[in-house]
Amino acid sequence: MEIAVISGKGGTGKSSISAAFASEHDKIVLADCDVDAANLYIIFEPEITEKSSFIGAQKAEIDYSKCTNCGTCIDYCRFDAIKFDNGKVVINEIFCDGCKLCSRICPENAISMIDNAESLLLSGNFRHGKMVYGRLAPGEENSGRLVNLVRDKAKKIAEQNNIETIIIDGPPGIGCPVISTITGVDHVVVVTEPSLSGMHDLKRTLELTNSFNLKTWVIINKFDLNSEFSDKIVEYCNHEGIDVLAKLPYDKQIVDAMVNCKSITEYLPDAEISKIIKIALNKIINF
Amino acid sequence: MEGKILTDKSLKIAIASGKGGTGKTLISTSMFYAIQEKYENSVLLDCDAEEPNSLLFFDASLKESLKVVQKVPVIDTDKCVYCGKCHDYCEYNAIFIIPPSRIIKVIEELCHGCGACSVACEYDAIIEKDTEVGRVNLFVTDNGMNLVEARMKSGVMSPVPVIKAAHKSTSDKDIVIMDSPPGTSCPFIQTVVEADYVILVTEPTPFGLSDLKQSVNTLKTMHKQYGVVINRAGLGDTKVYDYLKSENIELLAEIPFDKEIAILYSTGKIVAAHDDNLKALFMKIFESIYNSYGNSGNQR
Repeated sequence: MEIAVISGKGGTGKSSISAAFASEHDKIVLADCDVDAANLYIIFEPEITEKSSFIGAQKAEIDYSKCTNCGTCIDYCRFDAIKFDNGKVVINEIFCDGCKLCSRICPENAISMIDNAESLLLSGNFRHGKMVYGRLAPGEENSGRLVNLVRDKAKKIAEQNNIETIIIDGPPGIGCPVISTITGVDHVVVVTEPSLSGMHDLKRTLELTNSFNLKTWVIINKFDLNSEFSDKIVEYCNHEGIDVLAKLPYDKQIVDAMVNCKSITEYLPDAEISKIIKIALNKIINF
Repeated sequence: MEGKILTDKSLKIAIASGKGGTGKTLISTSMFYAIQEKYENSVLLDCDAEEPNSLLFFDASLKESLKVVQKVPVIDTDKCVYCGKCHDYCEYNAIFIIPPSRIIKVIEELCHGCGACSVACEYDAIIEKDTEVGRVNLFVTDNGMNLVEARMKSGVMSPVPVIKAAHKSTSDKDIVIMDSPPGTSCPFIQTVVEADYVILVTEPTPFGLSDLKQSVNTLKTMHKQYGVVINRAGLGDTKVYDYLKSENIELLAEIPFDKEIAILYSTGKIVAAHDDNLKALFMKIFESIYNSYGNSGNQR
């Protein structure tokens, strides 16, 4: 079973909740798919047993010994990545999408595609089972592809080790890395907070999960920060037929747990918030 | 150039952070609010096209909505000979083909609109149609504040085309305050590439520090100027401060951890409109960046 924890808005407590879910098991695969900002390794300090690198999208490069500055490539590039700069054809690497069209149409064969920076796929053991995470190289694109690699690896490890449950910590937003994170999972948990921004982003996220027909749950974190908005979120979810899985109180000790490299359920197993998280996870598993 | 000495400089500031929820929108809405009275031709640009929410903080009306489109191929199966060249040219696996069964399909979600397939086709079997990937919405408030949001359509893979279009729509403005998407991948890069200066917002926690490092590494490869604001100061630990010192990164300001700020913000209020100290602080940060990194007006 794959359970993905996501949130449209960042900083709602997604990773802290994923960490708590993961530490409720002795045998789990934890996949950190927030490849832009993978954080769970900080809490769980995994012992890395496997590391592989992957090359992201390629970038076009001009061989100036062949280039005649004809500008054909400029006409073909749809990404505004090639321009004349003082009479010389120049590729802006940041805008290059790696589509390779310029290198195909160049009459002088002066453009080749070069590999971009290397992103990393890491996996290993941690105190509650196995862990997989990705580290996107600085400035790298194609984070959706890295998310797919993390998930594939997590599934393989789960199979090899006879592990039932995979917890996925997802990225914020609703774009390609999020779509890659939730495609085909069994449960999606959307973490939100009771604010105008939180509610706006939640609606957009639920629109996406609905279009994928996924079993979706909502957790309202820091619900007591603004009970009016919490009520509105509950009302909205009821109206949409989405289960509110839990309402978590605002608790500074979540940060203390993080500073001590522990999940909240490890750090304070008897705290109210820990109890609610445990009940929430059981609800999903027994669904 | 006559008259205005201060506003004859242009400046684009991006407010960004690796980690989400550190306070990007709080700072961009407040900074814009603080400076817009004095700096006339200014705009707040929300580049977080996946989850744009800066607009929620203003009582503004929509002035114009620009459709952002991308080209996707349409295959004329009467002309197609199933040679597979378009499939070979597509770097995004957006064309699915089984030649023996005469099946060919475009997977629009994967298409980046590069046009390679049209170039590849020797049988004139591919034409392209426009498909909407989002909107750039231009707003104005009663007292003349300019606000622009990039809003990606749900289900679309990449917000990049919408972000690029949003940049273009603000090219006539002198001062652009950009609310960046979180992370360090393409949406972040396409936002900060246009910035003269980047304010990285972080919080003093292990997660905040880890993500800050990733953002700093990315900005270094882009040769961007940047400084850091620590939000929720007082929480967590001091390792972020040690990092800034060791890397010699400027700490622009600290915003204390304060439940009142969080509550104000949660109800959709611009914090600087209710807190004079913070308003003054944002003005001060802006002006010091403006004085050091603003571009002389007539170069624009």
